[in-house]
Amino acid sequence: MSYPDDLRYSKEHEWVRVEGSRATIGITSFAADELGDVVFVELPEVGATLSQFGTFGVVESVKAVSDLYAPISGEVIEVNEALRDAPELLNADAFGEGWIAKVELTDTAQLDGLMDAAAYTVETA
Amino acid sequence: MNDGTQTDLRHTPLHDVHRELGARLVPFAGYEMPVQYTSIIEEHRTVRSAVGLFDLSHMGELGVSGDSAVEYLRHALVTDPGTLEIGQAQYSMVCDVDGGIIDDLIAYRLADEEFLVVCNASNRTAVIEQLSRLLAEGDFSASLDDRSDRTGLVAPQGPNAAALIGELTDLDLDSIGNYRSAEGSVAGIDCLVARTGYTGEDGFELFCDASRAQDLWEALAAAGDRHGARPCGLGARDTLRLEAGMPLYGNELGRDTNPFEVNLGRVVKLEKGDFVGRAALQAVKESGPARKLIGLQMVDNAIPRFGYEVRARGAAVGRVTSGTLSPTLGTKIAMALVPADTAGLGNLFEVVVRDRPYRAEQVQLPFYKRPRD
Repeated sequence: MSYPDDLRYSKEHEWVRVEGSRATIGITSFAADELGDVVFVELPEVGATLSQFGTFGVVESVKAVSDLYAPISGEVIEVNEALRDAPELLNADAFGEGWIAKVELTDTAQLDGLMDAAAYTVETA
Repeated sequence: MNDGTQTDLRHTPLHDVHRELGARLVPFAGYEMPVQYTSIIEEHRTVRSAVGLFDLSHMGELGVSGDSAVEYLRHALVTDPGTLEIGQAQYSMVCDVDGGIIDDLIAYRLADEEFLVVCNASNRTAVIEQLSRLLAEGDFSASLDDRSDRTGLVAPQGPNAAALIGELTDLDLDSIGNYRSAEGSVAGIDCLVARTGYTGEDGFELFCDASRAQDLWEALAAAGDRHGARPCGLGARDTLRLEAGMPLYGNELGRDTNPFEVNLGRVVKLEKGDFVGRAALQAVKESGPARKLIGLQMVDNAIPRFGYEVRARGAAVGRVTSGTLSPTLGTKIAMALVPADTAGLGNLFEVVVRDRPYRAEQVQLPFYKRPRD
């Protein structure tokens, strides 16, 4: 399995794509495969404050309920409303249309503690 | 990660097949079993629209035979197996003296004095203990034979199941009605071919010698390509039975539930004479059960799951026994045990999901009924 080079990854299988002071976050394709068919996503609210490695939502597969852990701290400025009606986007396109939220970063230094694609590939091997 | 190599778990005769297919294997009732091969939802839909192949070799198969096999089972079960014709089967239960359910099972009459009792894998020990004790205590000329480890069980389930098996057997499947069985050869393998299942679809359960289970599976899988067949795991089995309103032991059924609470009072044949649990069950029938198993459909957007609290008018009244997103209906559904006086079609309840109440409406069970021609 290969992972996009432009993202950073957490041990809890979330990813971050940084664009200036903002970042898009989601769960990895590895996590989505492990979950199986995703049938429900509980999104954070716009304006919510995320703290790195804290829970910020829930993802449910047919069989299981799992917490989402923020890979980075920040304020939620947008959520992926499409997931409310199409949670299966997490399985189909975890790094693209299955994004979960966009945040205004509060501490870009936190990115240094996350893995790059090569390290995450080792982590999930 | 669990890589599926735990050594304390038992394997069915099809274990190698599951590994080759890339199944996700999980512990279930002491066995390592496939929960899914590719996608629970796709497997679920395959059973509703074509045919799915299930490995159920973990289940318990108990042979009961002898001059007084009928009297013995009539004493041990809540049904009357004496009413069965040869080749007929019935859904039944073993209850304790207090009316609590030890297991639900299917009893097949194979001959005048021979029955096959198929019980849940998780309750095999409990059922054998109960049946052995009753056999030792009573004056029955009967014997009990645990054939579980010698028996393979492959279940093709779905509207194309008959066409698929029909390619591999000379048996006239049309003459095997629902809850009927016949002995015959499938793909050259001696089988008990039973028209039973746990999915809400037409389907069969094929019992064979454990040593032939892999050959049987592979023959069905090869012929199945033309019928849209695919292997299906326990995950789909659970969502299929839930849509069909069928109870699962450990969820809807348990030692602390009786048949009348879970809408299965019709199974209990109080008029057949004395049997284990009769007095207690008679009393429940006369007073009416205190609780009732109901169907819920979520009004609000949350998925109900096992153990979640159910409220009526703000007060906790019961628990969800099973819940899921229904792959067939697209709705979020649950079964729940609630006080009988709170139950009523159309009544509003609340299911507590992550500390927040979400509205649910009581609806008719089953949630799904297969179209019949």
